[in-house]
Amino acid sequence: MSWGRYPPLPQRARAANWCGGLPALLASAAKEKGSTLAHGEGRSYGDSCLAASGEVIAMRRLDRFLDADWSSGVLRAEAGTTLADILAVAVPRGWFLPVTPGTKFVTLGGAIANDVHGKNHHRRGTFGRHVRRFGLLRSDRGRLVCAPDAEPALFAATIGGLGLTGLIEWAEIQLMPIASSHVDGLAVRFGDLGEFFALSAELDERHEFCVSWVDCAARGKTAGRGVYMAGDFASDGPRAVENRRRPGVPLTPPVSLVNAWSLRAFNAIYWRKASAKRRYVRGGYDPFFYPLDALPNWNRIYGIKGFQQYQALIPDAEARAGVQALLDAIARSGKGSFLAVLKRCGGDASPGLLSFPRPGVTLALDFPHSGHLEDALFPRLDAIVHEAGGRLYPAKDAHMKGEDFRRAYPDWEKLAALRDPLLLSHFWKRVAQ
Amino acid sequence: MKRILIVGATSAIAMACARLWAAEGARFFLAARDAEKLAALAGDLRVRGADVASFQMDANDVAAHAGMIEQAFQAWQGLDIALIAHGTLPDQSACERDAALTLREFSTNGLSAIALLTSLANRFERQQGGALAVITSVAGDRGRPSNYVYGSAKAAVSVFCEGLRARLSRAGVALTDIRPGFVATPMTQGLPLPKRLTATPEAVAKRIVAGIARKADVLYAPFFWFPIMLAIRCIPGALFKRMKL
Ligand SMILES: Cc1cc2nc3c(=O)[nH]c(=O)nc-3n(C[C@H](O)[C@H](O)[C@H](O)COP(=O)(O)OP(=O)(O)OC[C@H]3O[C@@H](n4cnc5c(N)ncnc54)[C@H](O)[C@@H]3O)c2cc1C
Ligand SMILES: NC(=O)c1ccc[n+]([C@@H]2O[C@H](COP(=O)([O-])OP(=O)(O)OC[C@H]3O[C@@H](n4cnc5c(N)ncnc54)[C@H](OP(=O)(O)O)[C@@H]3O)[C@@H](O)[C@H]2O)c1
Repeated sequence: MSWGRYPPLPQRARAANWCGGLPALLASAAKEKGSTLAHGEGRSYGDSCLAASGEVIAMRRLDRFLDADWSSGVLRAEAGTTLADILAVAVPRGWFLPVTPGTKFVTLGGAIANDVHGKNHHRRGTFGRHVRRFGLLRSDRGRLVCAPDAEPALFAATIGGLGLTGLIEWAEIQLMPIASSHVDGLAVRFGDLGEFFALSAELDERHEFCVSWVDCAARGKTAGRGVYMAGDFASDGPRAVENRRRPGVPLTPPVSLVNAWSLRAFNAIYWRKASAKRRYVRGGYDPFFYPLDALPNWNRIYGIKGFQQYQALIPDAEARAGVQALLDAIARSGKGSFLAVLKRCGGDASPGLLSFPRPGVTLALDFPHSGHLEDALFPRLDAIVHEAGGRLYPAKDAHMKGEDFRRAYPDWEKLAALRDPLLLSHFWKRVAQ
Repeated sequence: MKRILIVGATSAIAMACARLWAAEGARFFLAARDAEKLAALAGDLRVRGADVASFQMDANDVAAHAGMIEQAFQAWQGLDIALIAHGTLPDQSACERDAALTLREFSTNGLSAIALLTSLANRFERQQGGALAVITSVAGDRGRPSNYVYGSAKAAVSVFCEGLRARLSRAGVALTDIRPGFVATPMTQGLPLPKRLTATPEAVAKRIVAGIARKADVLYAPFFWFPIMLAIRCIPGALFKRMKL
């Protein structure tokens, strides 16, 4: 299952142990199932990481570093290597991931296939911008090396290519130098979206990392309130690997622990706790970038039905009105989660063909799964996104309509043409076929 | 910095051990039969900060052992640890129909390790120190109808170790007999292992690295296999014969 535990489509995995064994795995998938799909850490929420055939190739054990040049920060590793694995060797040597999503438990292959973005998108663009080259294994063409100047079409199609262009065997990335692993953080709350946009306009360009939490349960006068957070790596301090882990959620409750009541209460408390004045604190990188990683299996709190994430990007011109309309619709529905995130994306174009981020503002939040979502709320939100010329993030999606996808990602046909005929996800079947 | 020889270095359990040693700072001499895998593993350990030399060798090629061991001792001027990790899980029913196959599997899992231990023991004895370790199996504690070829080969190594350990202890050399239970590795991939009893190679490696450091004699990994095997060893033969195992 995917991270959202929805949709509940059973998957069987065949594990790859060595790159040399991949062609045989592809051949047997071709013979027995007709299609397959690479699987990383399964941190995608919807059905883009689920094979249409129900049988994936588990890449996680391909987690060997291949080489590293610590003077220039160039690292090459097998595609199942996780961002956590990379941090463990890079941080003590003064290097960090140039771009990181909100969890470090994703693989290199997954980070490329969804062309992930992080809190510094406005400065450094997506993960794909820092990929120098990678090895791609295709069922029809065998082993290829893709780079901006070698197999450029496949290079572009694979970045954000949803795992459809071939198996990424290894990748070489450029890391980012850091003087210390501590982060100087800044937090300040805002009362409405107008204040958010003012803070973002003032502070985004001054800080490497920016993201905001927004109270998705707030209505009326409090609508659009939230907490703006920014940060930069400290210029001095230790370079220490961090890995906080608490016991985690031991089992999946029959019903979601997130409901209208707990949601309003939590959000109100969280907002009040934040400071009205700008507060500066220095701390480790783990709580700053990966607050949820400390609680393994947190996705279980949504119960056996699972949850869906909704992540939309609204282009700059429509951002204010679009985000406002989305928040209104969500607050009125009484649904939502503790973790609504607002972030402005920058203009650095990704080399990827189907990369999600664009200049604009992205809003992401989780919803415990229920029939109501797809019948009532999501159509309303989709209409707002469509009206504003926005798009949804495939890595988080389990519902978007084919026509919405094809309109928002006009290059989809180029990806379809370059798809490896043996690789097919439930997502792609849903939106492109 | 520990100087470490690993035979069958590309085994998942051995690789997990090597990563733990690399994190402490180590120099490796890796022997394995597959050059491509060996190169990938060597690269991984180098990125983790270790020095690595490697040697391509099939463990059943006993004539090659001496040269390999010689190079290993020369590479880093002595060895602190030697771990023998290679092995295969024989197709028991195929072995029952084919004596030559049975002997081949016995050689891979038993005789080749005994040959390596014989040569390594002499070098370590001369060095007057260091730690030898070999991965056998809980399967060597009792012969079961479902895999007694494998089990008996591992048992041979275990009994060999028991005697050799007593001899080496006089020279200050430790010898650890590592007996893992079910571990999720390429060797057991696709087998219907009981989930609750199956450990990750990383968890087993932690126990192995700590066990070698404290010069343990016999090391069940994970620990819970010790009481389980103690109980299984106590089952009278007449009863054991009739159990489905
Ligand atoms: C708590 C949390 C926070 C998150 N925060 C962010 C964020 O801030 N920004 C963001 O962009 N995303 C975010 N995500 C989403 C996550 O980063 C992506 O879904 C990522 O792609 C997951 O990687 P994975 O290794 O788990 O891949 P999977 O989810 O297993 O697979 C994702 C895709 O990658 C493909 N794939 C995996 N490995 C390979 C390979 N070797 N070769 C070819 N294709 C491959 C799969 O086929 C699939 O299409 C977050 C997820 C979580 C759970
Ligand atoms: N997994 C378990 O449940 C389990 C339980 C008890 C004991 N063990 C023992 O643990 C040890 C490690 O196994 P593993 O679980 O880590 O499995 P593994 O990853 O499959 O490792 C086995 C290794 O042995 C190597 N090998 C096999 N025959 C060889 C030969 N003739 N010469 C050189 N190398 C050879 C293999 O090399 P190639 O990669 O080139 O094939 C492979 O690297 C073995 O001794 C095994 O018997 C395992």
